[in-house]
Amino acid sequence: MARAVDQAAFVEWLQRVGDNALILGHRVSEWCGHSPVLEEDIALANQALDLIGQCQLWLGLAAEVEGKGRTADNLAYLRDAAGFRNLLLVERPNGDFGQTLMRQFLFDAFHLELMQALKTSSDPRVAEIAAKAEKEVAYHLERSADLVIRLGDGTAESHARMEKALKSHWPYVGEMFLDDAVDAAMAEAGIAPLPSSLKTGWERTVSTVLTEATLTHPGEAFVHKGGKRGIHTEHLGFILAEMQFLQRAYPGAVW
Amino acid sequence: MGAILPELSQVWHWLAQVPDPEIPVISLTDLGIIRDVAWQGDTLVVTVTPTYSGCPATSIINLDIETALRGHGIEKLRLERQLSPAWTSDWITPEAREKLRAYGIAPPIDGTAADGRLAGRVSRLAGNTNLVIACPRCGSTHTEKISQFGSTPCKASWRCTDCLEPFDYFKCI
Repeated sequence: MARAVDQAAFVEWLQRVGDNALILGHRVSEWCGHSPVLEEDIALANQALDLIGQCQLWLGLAAEVEGKGRTADNLAYLRDAAGFRNLLLVERPNGDFGQTLMRQFLFDAFHLELMQALKTSSDPRVAEIAAKAEKEVAYHLERSADLVIRLGDGTAESHARMEKALKSHWPYVGEMFLDDAVDAAMAEAGIAPLPSSLKTGWERTVSTVLTEATLTHPGEAFVHKGGKRGIHTEHLGFILAEMQFLQRAYPGAVW
Repeated sequence: MGAILPELSQVWHWLAQVPDPEIPVISLTDLGIIRDVAWQGDTLVVTVTPTYSGCPATSIINLDIETALRGHGIEKLRLERQLSPAWTSDWITPEAREKLRAYGIAPPIDGTAADGRLAGRVSRLAGNTNLVIACPRCGSTHTEKISQFGSTPCKASWRCTDCLEPFDYFKCI
């Protein structure tokens, strides 16, 4: 059983995990019908589907713990941008295919470390969602790592694009490993690891893959942050405008 | 009401006749997603685990279970979702694997699921693979991956380099 937990912090933390999956899932789904080849289109859509599925589990639990009668759908469709708790990295625009894949790889490597650590969460509901998601995330990481290597160690054009993608995303990776009071409360209760504790494993994966991909590890960089507190880039509002349109225009609509 | 409740083995038999909505050649019990069937008083409780967390077939599966069991006269029915232990393709029965092959889907190979131990897998992913996936049509082992994903969340796309046919390979998780 979970030790005494600060409910508000727990709900906040669950939204962070759920919102990462939701916003990245939505971003990736934007590729549907636009990918360079059919197989990649299908792959991206399926990956988006996995992420949206995981988001339903996390936000479903957030709503349950909150106990105010909200649902995963309410949380996804009826919060404003300032209510979202996702990392800035996952709301970044898709850019070209290389930029999408690099974002995916940098996140997947973090996501897998997190899911593996959460499997031993003191809250069994968290542990079982993590065990389920871990399998999907491991599969995602295989694909994104594979493609980062192929494109990085590919043609001069693909290499240049991957270098550019890496440089543009890099200032946003540091936020994944910043600890705050919510993280400290979760770690204290044994629910989740401190984000900073995930960095070594992530760095190992990223360094290995970047080397194999003949890409230059950018090293230490300035860290953009704010997503976990609800302070977002200008991109999130546009995502929500599209994602939430139906529920906002036709409240309670179902099919 | 005093009616005699059907035996659980009978219920399992009924469920074994409900096809998977996306791969109708195998049943829900073949797939290993029915985790438990039990009577709680006069209510039948069927416990189902999802294959993939976002699989759109999940709600159809629940609907199909309900339709089938109601068709067999079950009045009080409750479906429960169970996440743990998480579903694995290892649970697909041996008979179902042959049905998949005959249907044109290469069955999963146990023990090859992605596990995140990436460093050791990189060279394999780059092409030095020992994984032999036989073409479900001609049986050739000269096959190659087209994409890690396919027409449904549970499949990847492969191609036979001998008969040149593309085929689905059941993803291992």
